[in-house]
Amino acid sequence: MSEATPLTAREAGLVGCRRCGRVWPIETEECGRCGAHLQSRDPRSLSRVWAWWAAGLIAYVPANLYPMLVTSTLVEETQATIVGGAVELAQHDALGVAIIVLVASVLIPVGKFMAIAFLALSVHRQADTGAHARHKLYEIVEYIGRWSMIDVFVVAILTALVQLNALASIHPGPAAAAFAASVVFTMLSAQSFDSRMIWDHLGGPRPRPRLEERAT
Amino acid sequence: MANPFRHRYKRPRIPWGKMDISATQTDDLIACPNCDVLYRIKAPARGERARCGRCHEVLITPRLGAEGRIIALALAVLILTIGALSFPFLTIRAAGVSHSASIFSAAAAFSGGPFFLLSFAVLCLIVLVPVGRVLLLLYVFVPLARGRGVGPLTKQAFTLAERMRPWSMAEIFAIGCAVALVKVADLAEIAFGPAFWMFALLTLLVVAQDSLICRWTIWDALDKEAEA
Repeated sequence: MSEATPLTAREAGLVGCRRCGRVWPIETEECGRCGAHLQSRDPRSLSRVWAWWAAGLIAYVPANLYPMLVTSTLVEETQATIVGGAVELAQHDALGVAIIVLVASVLIPVGKFMAIAFLALSVHRQADTGAHARHKLYEIVEYIGRWSMIDVFVVAILTALVQLNALASIHPGPAAAAFAASVVFTMLSAQSFDSRMIWDHLGGPRPRPRLEERAT
Repeated sequence: MANPFRHRYKRPRIPWGKMDISATQTDDLIACPNCDVLYRIKAPARGERARCGRCHEVLITPRLGAEGRIIALALAVLILTIGALSFPFLTIRAAGVSHSASIFSAAAAFSGGPFFLLSFAVLCLIVLVPVGRVLLLLYVFVPLARGRGVGPLTKQAFTLAERMRPWSMAEIFAIGCAVALVKVADLAEIAFGPAFWMFALLTLLVVAQDSLICRWTIWDALDKEAEA
């Protein structure tokens, strides 16, 4: 028996509540302490992950194709997409902000789609290695997901602020709504993922020690 | 050696190892919500934290007088939010024309036609969810701190408050302001209103408050209060 594969609640014939940590016999359906629905592993978790993932990806396409901001000044009206806006910032010597915008609205969303797909696929093919790295990846995805909303807030702030009658005014483009939807969908996708599944196939196909052996 | 990761962390953790498990006696066990490893609870001392030995998730981290501090911070957040909502946030000036924006006007920025839904979503994320969370936490913790037991909806209220946590985006909005400022800096002159500073302080308080909430300790306390 290896100490590196510790006893999990499922192997012990128990189920842990993910909300409050309390442990119950595995057939329990509702946590007696906090009322949460109990399930040792949620079999539909991955379906929900993929459904929200696809919705997020679909919304991310118009978010990049349509303009995010429409700026009207005395002489002209310009429309800027996410990438176009960042390029413009870089040309105005605001390289730092251009990089922030690019990281927040291109690098992070694309990385998030790839990371969630990778995690879900690794559970599908019952990966038995790199659980620590995959868990770290999941924590990063969960933490960073909300920050993509920054772009939508910037558009909201600019629209509220820059209303100088005929001189200059800024209006939101359709991409703002698509981008917000994309961020929300990917957050829901990451939240649907049952991270306990990352650890389930460690040690590969060899039979796991039975409870009686480990418990005595 | 019971724990292969022990040398990497100085803080004490719940030891794992051999344990006798009878299905009827589970109230002194805790399962890691992230990786399902089972532990026998050994409550850490105040200020210490118990981490999962496998995924390093913090399982239990009791704080001294957490209830009182959570209530104090919640009240401060509430007062600052009312202030931040009623004062102008940012003011822009260009060629003699000036315009002030409040948080409400930022949230209502998308209100024209098809953007209504987005406008409502932004209002939720930066105002309604943060304020709602604070009110729910007050409902949970004020009776708890005064030893008045728990109300009929306390558990539901705390569950909802925890669910709201990732959707409370006040701090992201604050960073968004900084980005927006740089974007219009060459177009016009920008001035911070009092609400901006209230919002900045608010952001820090919310982060401090979140770090005080140990879910296991609170559920344990609610459970004991409900039984008493």
